[in-house]
Amino acid sequence: METAPKRTNYLNADYGIRSWLLTLDHKRIGILYLISITLMFLLGSLFAVLIRLELLTPAGDFVQADTYNKLFTMHGIVMIFFFLVPSIPAVLGNFLLPLMIGARDLAFPRLNLMSWYVYMVGGIFTLWAIITGGVDTGWTFYTPYSTTASHSNVLMTAVGIFITGFSSILTGLNFIVTIHTMRAPGLTWFRLPLFVWAHYATSLIMILGTPVVAITIFLVGIERAFGLGIFDPALGGDPILFQHLFWFYSHPAVYIMILPSMGVISEIITCFARKRIFGYEFIAVSSLAIAVFGFLVWGHHMFTSSQSVYAAMIFSILSFAVAIPSAVKVFNWTATLYKGSISFEAPMLFAMGFIGLFTIGGLTGLFLASLGLDVHVHDTYFVVAHFHYIMVGGALMGYLGAIHFWWPKMTGRMYSEWAAKVSAVLVFVGFNLTFFPQFVLGYLGMPRRYHAYPDEFQVLNVMSTTGASILGLGYLVPLCYLTWSLWRGPLASANPWKAAGLEWTTPSPPPTENFETTPVVEEEAYTYPLKEAEVV
Amino acid sequence: MSSFSLFPESASTISGQVDALFFFMVGTSLFFGLLVAILVIYMAIRYRRRAGDTGAGAEIHGNLQLEIAWSIVPFVIAMVMFYWGASVYMTMARPPDDAHEIFVVGKQWMWKLQHLEGRREINELHVPVNQPIKLTMTSEDVIHSFYVPAFRIKADAVPGRYSTAWFEATKVGTYHLFCAEYCGTEHSQMIGRIVVMEPNEFQDWLSGETTVADAGSAMVDATRSPAEIGAELFVARGCTTCHQGAAGVMGPSLAGLYGRERNFADGRSAVADEAYLRQSILEPQSQILDGYQPIMPTFKGQIDEEGLLALIQYIKTLEPNEG
Ligand code: HEC
Ligand code: HEM
Ligand SMILES: [Cu+2]
Ligand SMILES: [Cu+2]
Repeated sequence: METAPKRTNYLNADYGIRSWLLTLDHKRIGILYLISITLMFLLGSLFAVLIRLELLTPAGDFVQADTYNKLFTMHGIVMIFFFLVPSIPAVLGNFLLPLMIGARDLAFPRLNLMSWYVYMVGGIFTLWAIITGGVDTGWTFYTPYSTTASHSNVLMTAVGIFITGFSSILTGLNFIVTIHTMRAPGLTWFRLPLFVWAHYATSLIMILGTPVVAITIFLVGIERAFGLGIFDPALGGDPILFQHLFWFYSHPAVYIMILPSMGVISEIITCFARKRIFGYEFIAVSSLAIAVFGFLVWGHHMFTSSQSVYAAMIFSILSFAVAIPSAVKVFNWTATLYKGSISFEAPMLFAMGFIGLFTIGGLTGLFLASLGLDVHVHDTYFVVAHFHYIMVGGALMGYLGAIHFWWPKMTGRMYSEWAAKVSAVLVFVGFNLTFFPQFVLGYLGMPRRYHAYPDEFQVLNVMSTTGASILGLGYLVPLCYLTWSLWRGPLASANPWKAAGLEWTTPSPPPTENFETTPVVEEEAYTYPLKEAEVV
Repeated sequence: MSSFSLFPESASTISGQVDALFFFMVGTSLFFGLLVAILVIYMAIRYRRRAGDTGAGAEIHGNLQLEIAWSIVPFVIAMVMFYWGASVYMTMARPPDDAHEIFVVGKQWMWKLQHLEGRREINELHVPVNQPIKLTMTSEDVIHSFYVPAFRIKADAVPGRYSTAWFEATKVGTYHLFCAEYCGTEHSQMIGRIVVMEPNEFQDWLSGETTVADAGSAMVDATRSPAEIGAELFVARGCTTCHQGAAGVMGPSLAGLYGRERNFADGRSAVADEAYLRQSILEPQSQILDGYQPIMPTFKGQIDEEGLLALIQYIKTLEPNEG
């Protein structure tokens, strides 16, 4: 085992729990988020395990119906609001944005720390709601079920999500100001790493969209607490209005989850193909296009809700349009491989897995955008499969790739490359076995959120649960070897992958002030091959 | 209905159209998906870093023609998908004129179905083959969704409003009916069957002369049709005090009302469809007929969803110049 040289870095600059809980260092705040969301992911996964066990047999025999309904609801809420939305932005965005743009910290370090506390307070409310009985409305909180019929802890969960929303808003604001004002000399917009572009687009969605869902949840709370008629027709409200408001945020929220991953993929692929990114401007601008168009397609969640046919047509055509920028990104990543010098370290395996799974997720999205087809597959397992391909196959795979890619930078340690490769393969195989059968189930007509189901669906459900076991193993393995590496991993150099980018020019782990002298940027991003001097 | 398969049964006039669209989408997706997969794998092998490589990829920044091509081509294909999907959807949205109407009321956790001829059923719907059926739906509590996979149709039953769906079954048989919108504890038990019958068998069934085999099912036998129930309600609820006779002493005559254009005191107008009749009974003050006083009381909370449908059905049957 090697011991760290006596260089001060952000990890050993200060000791004690206080030095962490009161830190203003963006890197330490990133680590705080890393620990919190990992715990949330474990909780969400536990719920998923129980769901899959119940679905092993057609009868609803493992847990009771009410319990099942709470399980999938809490699984969705924890995974979306407390794991995936903050994952890449709050952990890696926090850690890397200042490093990538040659800044000392984010624009508002105190606000950054406050965002984490806001997230934690929201999380505690939601956990409290879960411990004291749980919620059963589905993560979508559809009215009037959520406002009048449900007997579970809707109000407290809503308060938790409402509070956590502010964490997103503040983080988004912080990123936008930072990217605008704190770039190193010479770092023009079109020299920014695509990771930064992706986070810029994500932040825009966060500050524009999150207030809408906050207000919507607030209205649900008011109707539930005071019986004010907003969504419940019995009180003179309109239940469909809720769906409009909810999806106005929650569709763009899908892009909050996937855009940062797309940024990650651009970084990883260029590094391991030793190539400039193909079509830099197109990838950068397509992120913005996605952020803008993403706000215009919410109605595709409501094709069977008796909205007007003409509204449905408009939402359908716009949904097809928003698929194009995503397709453009996939083509550009593929073209980046052309005439590269490709190696296959673990981050690259995760990135290639991303391309495969995201492509399937994106293509099946077209099925759902297609009006006549969506009527049949809406609210079936087809949808469950589709959004897991995007959110787990895409976003989570990108997150894992990112963690493996920047782990040496964050911790100063290398992990076992061999174990990481095994994990990447397990995740890819397990994921497909879990979720591909669900496309078939969906087209066969198995509705989602079903505690019990007709016998003929069992074979496919057993396949899915089997796959989930492999997938779970694929997630557990990194947890072990990454933790292990913290103590036993070989020391990492400043630039173990020989990657381009300012974050690799400073030692691993970086000093508290990030750079000894403010870097000056003279080139575009991804200037592979690196000059000798840059390879530290 | 209950053996393992990988593709659902296709048993309505629309299901073939949906499947055709589905296969088209699967085909195009396979093409693009495999294209990407093969390119990625091929290049990963072809350009892998070999021992002794300098570790430098070629200096390529991009290619405008390619970018334009791979934006335009998918866009055009996407528009074909849109058009195809939209036209199938239009067909689904427009029930044929000769469709037979059936009322559907969802409630936690059952489907109540009402034939205009009188029979009522729960969680089970008998229909004749080769006959378009129009469903007029609502819900008594939360949102439910009426879903018959074999027919490829689904429509939400939303409280406080009417929604419609239609289908024409093409094969005699029994098919799953599911609730597809999460509605609470027993959501996964809010299921039933659609029984598609030969027209003559259906007629027998309709007139109550069903065989013993059906006796165990969940049907609720009722002898009176919705229009008859509506007529009774019309009297019992005192509608007759104001809507009696052709001229109407205090309120307008409702004869021949259905489908007519209505003009309101505030200058707006509307066509008298089911939604309008519902609104007129539940919230009369929201649309005052031109030339009348706002004296009609609200019946909100006093008549249940099935009663409302019955009243509306009764009003629909009133011929012009009838009582
Ligand atoms: C106190 C008298 C009164 C009673 C009782 C009454 N209505 Fe009315 N109704 C009116 C008046 C007056 C109007 C026209 C003004 C308006 O639009 O509210 C009207 C309008 C209507 C209309 C719209 C007619 C049109 O031509 O567009 C319908 C439908 C209707 N009533 C149904 C009913 C039914 C069903 C009941 C019994 C459940 C009922 N009404 C009971 C007075 C009454
Ligand atoms: C980042 C990871 C994940 C996210 C963001 C996520 C998100 C979601 C969401 C939003 C739902 C819908 C919940 C609802 O209907 O209210 C859901 C359902 C479901 N998830 Fe996940 N999920 C993740 C990981 C997983 C994993 C790893 C598994 C399997 C092992 C899994 C299995 C399921 C199943 C089976 C359902 C369907 C429940 C039902 O509709 O009855 N999820 N997930
Ligand atoms: Cu959406
Ligand atoms: Cu339901």
